[in-house]
Amino acid sequence: MTDNRLPERPGEVIDRGTSLAFTWNGQGYTGYQGDTIASALASNGVEVFARSMKYKRRRGIMTADHWDPNLFVQVGDEPNVRAGSRRLIAGMEVSAQNVWPNLKFDLGAANQMLGRFLSPGFYYKTFMRPRWFWHNVYQKVLRKFAPGGRIHWETSTHGAYDKRYAHPDVLVAGGGPAGMGAAIAAAEAGASVMLVEHEPELGGHLRWGGADDLAAIAELVSAVESHPGIEVLTDSTVTGRYDHNWIAVMQRSHEIAPERLIKARAASLVVAPGLIERPYIFAGNDTPGVMLSGAVRRLINLWAVKPGTKAVVLSANPEGEAAIADLESAGVKIVAALDVWAGEDIVEVEGKGRVDKVVLGDGRTVSADLVVIGTGWTAPTSLLNMAGDRPVYDPSAARYFSDHLPDNVLATGGITGNGTTAELVAHGRATGSLAASRALRVRHDRRVLAARARNPEGPKPESLQDTRTPLARVPHPECYRSSTHGMVDLSEDVSSKDLVQAQKEGFDSIELMKRYTTVTMGPSQGKLETVNAAAVLAEARNMDMADIGTTVWRPPYAPISLGALAGRIFEPIRRSALQDWHEAHGASPLLAGQWVRPDHYGDPVGEARNVRENVGIIDVTPLGKLDLRGPDVTKLLELVYVNKWQKLDIGRVRYGAMVAEDGVVSDDGLTGRLGEDHYLMTTTSSGAGAVWELLEDYLQTYRPEWDVHVTAVTGGLTSINVAGPKSRDLLLRLAEGVDLDSEAFPYFHVRRGTVAGVADCIIWRIGFTGELSYELHVPSGHALHVWESLLANGEDLGIKPFGVESQRILRLEKGHYIVGQDTDGLTKAPSAGLGGLVKLDKPDTLGLPELKAAYSRTDLPILVAIQPDDPQVVPMEADQIVHGDSNRILGRITSSRMSPTLGRSVCLGLVDPSVSAAGTTITILLIDGRRVTGTIQEHHAHVDPEGVRQNA
Amino acid sequence: MIVVNCPNCGPRNSSDLRPCGEVITRPDPATASLSEWRTYLYLRENPAGWVTETWYCRSGCRRYFTIERNTVTNEIRDSEAS
Repeated sequence: MTDNRLPERPGEVIDRGTSLAFTWNGQGYTGYQGDTIASALASNGVEVFARSMKYKRRRGIMTADHWDPNLFVQVGDEPNVRAGSRRLIAGMEVSAQNVWPNLKFDLGAANQMLGRFLSPGFYYKTFMRPRWFWHNVYQKVLRKFAPGGRIHWETSTHGAYDKRYAHPDVLVAGGGPAGMGAAIAAAEAGASVMLVEHEPELGGHLRWGGADDLAAIAELVSAVESHPGIEVLTDSTVTGRYDHNWIAVMQRSHEIAPERLIKARAASLVVAPGLIERPYIFAGNDTPGVMLSGAVRRLINLWAVKPGTKAVVLSANPEGEAAIADLESAGVKIVAALDVWAGEDIVEVEGKGRVDKVVLGDGRTVSADLVVIGTGWTAPTSLLNMAGDRPVYDPSAARYFSDHLPDNVLATGGITGNGTTAELVAHGRATGSLAASRALRVRHDRRVLAARARNPEGPKPESLQDTRTPLARVPHPECYRSSTHGMVDLSEDVSSKDLVQAQKEGFDSIELMKRYTTVTMGPSQGKLETVNAAAVLAEARNMDMADIGTTVWRPPYAPISLGALAGRIFEPIRRSALQDWHEAHGASPLLAGQWVRPDHYGDPVGEARNVRENVGIIDVTPLGKLDLRGPDVTKLLELVYVNKWQKLDIGRVRYGAMVAEDGVVSDDGLTGRLGEDHYLMTTTSSGAGAVWELLEDYLQTYRPEWDVHVTAVTGGLTSINVAGPKSRDLLLRLAEGVDLDSEAFPYFHVRRGTVAGVADCIIWRIGFTGELSYELHVPSGHALHVWESLLANGEDLGIKPFGVESQRILRLEKGHYIVGQDTDGLTKAPSAGLGGLVKLDKPDTLGLPELKAAYSRTDLPILVAIQPDDPQVVPMEADQIVHGDSNRILGRITSSRMSPTLGRSVCLGLVDPSVSAAGTTITILLIDGRRVTGTIQEHHAHVDPEGVRQNA
Repeated sequence: MIVVNCPNCGPRNSSDLRPCGEVITRPDPATASLSEWRTYLYLRENPAGWVTETWYCRSGCRRYFTIERNTVTNEIRDSEAS
């Protein structure tokens, strides 16, 4: 094992006092606190990190940062970890991925010899025929070569993700000198600032610079950290900018979650990502030991790792020159320092696991183990693109510059031009002031916009003019490809030769070429290769770069794991005041919409039978409850329900069915009149929210002159249904101020009274279960007392609580349909059996023209009760009703249960009118393929169609 | 995710609100033909440009209000009708 660790460097980020042991492909290594996985391995002499995707070529460090296309590794059960940026942790089990059988000897490397067959479109062209071969052979073999690590879904420990919302005035993307300057100036102007840096430390390119750079960082970081108005997020990436500056920030290595997605609404966005160094195209440019100038400078200065012993450096800019100085200080021999301006070049690199020989432009061949490339910079215009900008290529500077930005997005730093540290900071500061000025005006507007908003402290801030002096565009040679061909996209193994061939085949627009060759479509997503690809195409077509254009950068700028996108779910869970009791008494939970409810307490059939024989109580709180008050309530009810609502006396209850404007049944429920201008409407549990919104809609936008107040009281009133032949006996013991005699308080009436000492209870005599029953609406604070009083006082009557499942059995026995279960999104009023209820002579009701049309039709399905002829066969819900032995569908079973009361199966179903008459025999196709017969019943109710029980 | 200004609650994420689409006049159901009714139900102008829309402040004050929105740029301005 070679030790490549250098003596202490002034700017190193490693803590030599803290050694971290880890493994690489099963072998033990150590690194230091502050190392990345890649720097730790490189310090131990590891040169080959991966095999390339298609040709399985050996790959080593290229950029030594997050975008390095060669550094994807498996860490424990986590695949595709970027070793160039992931910090080392003690005990990490790191291994190479995308190798078979192992990194040193990969069978797939034979693909290199087949290279000329693996041309662009190879998959499309080759694996087409014969068709059956795809499933049986191609797919299985190709899977072996598929890139990416292994997902250990059975054992994953990578569980918790989180989400956060933020509302900074100014969000700065990039914590280099310009970004820090912007953050400081914006905060000084009074803006709240979120400063997001991709790397684990602030400083940008200064971090691997000289003593002056390190001093500049220290000063800026101290100013940033001492300002209370700046929140700093390091190891975090701004991954997207959407309309109205909705900004996604991916925060990695957060203490409570490996990844946290921050959704920020920023008044101003400052884009300061700096520049990304781009590779150079020549034969062998992907050989381990070919590194970009930034990579060697990072390795030497941040992690004190010697990247090689004998280097050839190709440089076109000051950063390349700086790399030469750093290499020399690290004791690396410079074999050749080539100057692009002087026409010097690299033609080819030879070497298998490591650079061995370098063929220079002048024909010389030199021996070296390191090739350092400093031939140009790419402006990562991603966030600018997402703000609608279409950056323009400037050939004199050999990169793209912003064209036009909206007011709430500003760019600064290297993406806008070149400058000394002082110039970059000054431009950043000017940009930060401008961003803050615009943001504070937005903040002021927000405070005066709304009736309920807080008033601003002072007048609207003055609008600052944009008087920034632009940063210079320092001339740079257009330096993309040597005289030889090499890799353009290292993640996807796409070479410049492939691009030229694609162009010849007619895929000669950059967008088409991208999709045909998959260039820029790998994990680096164009960061390194977009501009090179455009340059190759421009050369092949003999056009200017500016006319070629580039592919559009779309979000996300950096990958986001699906877990982080899902994050924590903020959907609230609603619980009735009795849910704690249910859980303490063995209730099996049922999630119904936002509500958690008791499905049963262990024996749904027994609970249902007890309701028929004795008395049961059920918590039906999720039932929607809307308190309606005002002189025009009747008009509202006439509008939203299909039936008539005049002449409903105080104390009476009426059933209402609701259709949408398209005539489809949308909800139903009971409404009771509690006072002269006071009604209580109930809705289905699932429709509670929608009905409330519907009433508000028509009251606010259609009939604003109507005097009606709607108050949702669903959660405020806990609803307890007391059902069974002994329910009156039970209530007689607890109710005060209400005459419960059947003559005085008959079916479909409502009263107010005191129950178990709780005043203001509403008592409905209604019966979803078909039994004599009373529904109590109790102020929720007293609900538990009433519930427990019912149980205590009903002990000798055989009282038992029952859950939703028992209620489903009971209501099906009684033939009560459920909107949304026994109807669907096409079920119009006549299908649901609302025949006599619907009044088509009303002047106005929801969906009236559709109702009229529906009632003139004879082909609509009809909801009927069905009993299978074999009483022990219980069809599944959604089993089809078919025509005899054919598969012609005549309908389906919508509800089905074994009836404990009848000892036989009972169903509801939607059927074609041709088989809807009572007594018709139908065929039900069961899920196992059997066909059984059933008979259409006369009434929906299987039990007590006359209603003797409920009217008792 | 765009920001919509509720006249009561101020600027809110659109996910706090419910978009109800273009403002459209409900025909008189007693006299409307089926064809007129279905135009009201299903057909919208859907212009590329300014459109007057109804939004519902479902997580806040529960007011229905109208705004004008540019469907190309998502620029939003107050509606005269609100």
